[in-house]
Amino acid sequence: MTLPTVGDRTGTAASTAVAAEVPKLRRRARVRANLAGWAFVAPSTVALVVFVGIPIVAGLIISFTSWDMLTAPAFVGIDNYVDLVRDPLMWRSLLNTVYYAVLTIPGSMVIGLALALAVNRAGWAFKAYRTLFFIPVVSSAVAVSLMWKWVYNDDFGLFNWILRSVGLPAVGWLSDPNLALPSVAIVAIWKTMGYNMVFFLAGLQGIPAQLYEASAMDGAGWWARLWHITLPMLSPTTLFIAVVSVIGSFQVFDQVFVMTQGGPGNATIVYNYYLWQNAFQYFHMGYASALAYILFLLISIVTIFQVKIFNRRVVYDQI
Amino acid sequence: MADMVRAAGRESSTGGRRMRVLGAGVRHLVLLLVAAICIVPFLWMLGTSFKEQNAVFSATPSLLPEHFVTSAYYRVTHLVPEIRWAINSVAVAVLTTTGQLVFATMAAYAFARIRFRGRNALFVVYLGTMMVPSQVTIVPLYIVMKYLGWVDTYYALIVPFAFTSAFGTFLLRQYFLTVPRELEDAARIDGAGPVRILWSVVLPTARPVMATFGVFSFMFFWNDLLWPLIVTNSESRMTLPVGLANFAIGQYHTDWPAMMAGTVISLIPILAVFVFIQRYFVQGITLTGVRG
Repeated sequence: MTLPTVGDRTGTAASTAVAAEVPKLRRRARVRANLAGWAFVAPSTVALVVFVGIPIVAGLIISFTSWDMLTAPAFVGIDNYVDLVRDPLMWRSLLNTVYYAVLTIPGSMVIGLALALAVNRAGWAFKAYRTLFFIPVVSSAVAVSLMWKWVYNDDFGLFNWILRSVGLPAVGWLSDPNLALPSVAIVAIWKTMGYNMVFFLAGLQGIPAQLYEASAMDGAGWWARLWHITLPMLSPTTLFIAVVSVIGSFQVFDQVFVMTQGGPGNATIVYNYYLWQNAFQYFHMGYASALAYILFLLISIVTIFQVKIFNRRVVYDQI
Repeated sequence: MADMVRAAGRESSTGGRRMRVLGAGVRHLVLLLVAAICIVPFLWMLGTSFKEQNAVFSATPSLLPEHFVTSAYYRVTHLVPEIRWAINSVAVAVLTTTGQLVFATMAAYAFARIRFRGRNALFVVYLGTMMVPSQVTIVPLYIVMKYLGWVDTYYALIVPFAFTSAFGTFLLRQYFLTVPRELEDAARIDGAGPVRILWSVVLPTARPVMATFGVFSFMFFWNDLLWPLIVTNSESRMTLPVGLANFAIGQYHTDWPAMMAGTVISLIPILAVFVFIQRYFVQGITLTGVRG
């Protein structure tokens, strides 16, 4: 009778000892997880704070100063933002940017969709088309712009040679103020249509085949299917491309820098180019920062607006 | 989807076949035309790069050179340091991409698998920085480079980007969340720590997603113009895009064969990589929504 008691007692003692150990172990595990977690994120987080976080905050502060980087920055309140509203060149660059977006985005999206519909098949030929259409996307904007600058050359370029050889007058693709921005936009369409195609292809492959089978039984034709099945089912993809395209258009720089330098006159001065000029040619750091923050604001507003509008029409795949 | 043209003419069998053949013919005709539009500017560039310097100033030009010469390639590597730009571009793109892969992977794994204090709040900060356009940070970042004395050095080209990528962290975290926990539990029971689990259990499964992000990152830094344009002054520090862009507006801006030769040289590496690992390019671009 005594043995079990002793046994019990030792058992109880042991289990109380273990019970006391468990929270300690758990705490130690938690400390270890905290240490490991922070050790893993530390390098990335330090760099993110130093090279992204602090500049974001600093940019806002600088936008309230006048600073040429030679003398000390002077606090000027909201002067930069007031100047910005009164700056005709800012408005010119903003309007040019909107014009560029309008010229580029619908065309590039429609062509991208058409290409996706056309190449969405098996077989080596369609694979080859997809590869070819994607080559301009992979090429750098600088390389593409140099190439096209030569294609557009007034006297010795490919386009004017073609025009002359069919008896038409040559055109000042990049030298005519009315044509320069559309010419830059053509390059943008050419470069981004393959990009949009890839997104639409991914979207098309997500549409369930039963939908088409059902509509085929109802005798729906090609247009009916496109209009009632394909386009509604693609609407999330369309929204995504639209948002990304608008953001991309607001940030266009390389093409303008290489092909036109904002000219002729100020015909192709776009927002981001004007921002760069202010910061790194005129060293108006405060003004450039104000322009950057307005760009941030504009992009945010347009994006929210687009998502709101499309959300009413977007059909999210629920099958 | 694939059968839309076919289905449109299914009513009668002969009419259907004729429609099908016609549809396929029209389809290929249009696709070939678009393919030509995509490729002809490249051929125009390639042809010009093998022409003599003055042969391009002709009222009746041709795609192919009359006299096939490589002198333009000589000029672009001797009048301007194109080889140096290429080496700089390779160094910048490779080092930055490698760094981003290493540090984004570590952070992503911690965000996905290790419960540490402040994890969720920190992750929201990472996501937040992705919303801010780069124009906002570029001016202050340039000022930081200036005060560090890094302007016109390789440090400015590499250091601000090689240690962090919020987007890469996000992308890899999403992948790590899908890795079955059982895989890691077995290793944990054997006493493996987080470093060993990440290295020998999780990473071997993550090759496709890492390749996707790596290709995206490499392409971005290979093609980037704005930042290297801002922080480099001397020709020997420039990357290919900056060097070429300056060439095009500098004293040799009428030497079209040399300029086209320089462009060809800048395109060869990225297109060669693209042809071999196309899948990762397409994924890298569709996953990011970032355009060249």
